[in-house]
Amino acid sequence: MSAVLVTTTINGDRTEFVCETDETLLDALRNRLGLTGSKEGCGTGDCGACSVTVDGRLVCSCLVLGVEAEGCEVNTIEGMADGDVLHPLQAKFIEHAALQCGICTPGFLMAAKVLLDKNPNPSEVEIRFALAGNLCRCTGYDKIVRAVKAAAKEVRKR
Amino acid sequence: MKAGSLDEALGALKSDQGATLIAGGMTLIPVLKQRMADPTRLVDISGLDELKGTSVDGGDLVIGAMTTHAEVHASELVREKCPALADLAGMIGDPAVRNRGTLGGALAVSDPAADYPAAVLGLNAIIKTDRREITSDDYFIDLFETALEEGEIILELRFPLPGSASYIKLSQPASRFAIAGVFVARFKDAVRVAVTGVGPCAFRFLEAEKKLTAEFSIDVLQGLEISDIEVNSDIHAGVDYRARMVQTLTVRAVEALIGQ
Repeated sequence: MSAVLVTTTINGDRTEFVCETDETLLDALRNRLGLTGSKEGCGTGDCGACSVTVDGRLVCSCLVLGVEAEGCEVNTIEGMADGDVLHPLQAKFIEHAALQCGICTPGFLMAAKVLLDKNPNPSEVEIRFALAGNLCRCTGYDKIVRAVKAAAKEVRKR
Repeated sequence: MKAGSLDEALGALKSDQGATLIAGGMTLIPVLKQRMADPTRLVDISGLDELKGTSVDGGDLVIGAMTTHAEVHASELVREKCPALADLAGMIGDPAVRNRGTLGGALAVSDPAADYPAAVLGLNAIIKTDRREITSDDYFIDLFETALEEGEIILELRFPLPGSASYIKLSQPASRFAIAGVFVARFKDAVRVAVTGVGPCAFRFLEAEKKLTAEFSIDVLQGLEISDIEVNSDIHAGVDYRARMVQTLTVRAVEALIGQ
């Protein structure tokens, strides 16, 4: 395998990194760039803990190669808050205790943000479908769904 | 390598026997992680815009091989011409999988529990590759085995448009793969019924087709069983249950069409 230079935009900043051709985008983000917010759960695209967006679309970064991100715009959980000001989704997850251990939380937040960006007034069914690719083993999903609903209300006020 | 043209991709596959195509990677990357495949080179065809998009040509709905499930699901053209196909694409996996996974990739893999094979066989689609056109009846051969040759690339799928169609599946609740899925398409002169999730690859439920072509009703399906199929068995469903679900899902699909 050989190392390749990849040029991307990550959370709005032009970013270059070197990675192996068989290295996942998740590993490149975590190990090359120190962006450890995205987690590795299953590594097979089932759990959604590694969710990021590539050109605005939600993907499992464990199933995307680092080199596939060439020329793409990548957004990760690290880009969600505006400095010290949390995104409404983050604030509502805390308020509604929509997490326990927290491993799945970055993925849920990324998936929920993609939903609210497209549809700021989702029904409960739409929320559950949008989060279908994210697994949580602690809270059950009820508090997460409630937090997304509450955040949607905040987003609509903006 | 990222192919800049179809010729470049074909050339790369020809010059290196160990090279393999990567489309959305939703099957291939997990397979690589399990060390079940060890290609010398990955040829990425995601940059080939000529393999993407939907159109209508001569009464057929044409979908490029590199069109993602999310794009098929969201396409107004597909929704208008064949809503069952748009619905099916929206039932595959989860949002992240639908954003990367492609129609051509799903067919090239021919996973026994994938959804698209049922639609391709049910709608009697033509699989157009770089070298020929393959009819759906000749395409699915066995477990993960299709009529594709070494280095052959699927370019597009041509779906004849039915009067109406319906896809009903029993999903594995975590992965959303089909434990059993049945696609019923009602054409002017015949009804086609294709089944996925149940055998080594998608197959037609010929007994049901014959009965439904003669009379499109639920009554004719009573007691009907599939035959000559080696039925899959796993922790989600045993042989008897899976086989039984084929008739049940066929009834539901027909019910949905009669109710329309």
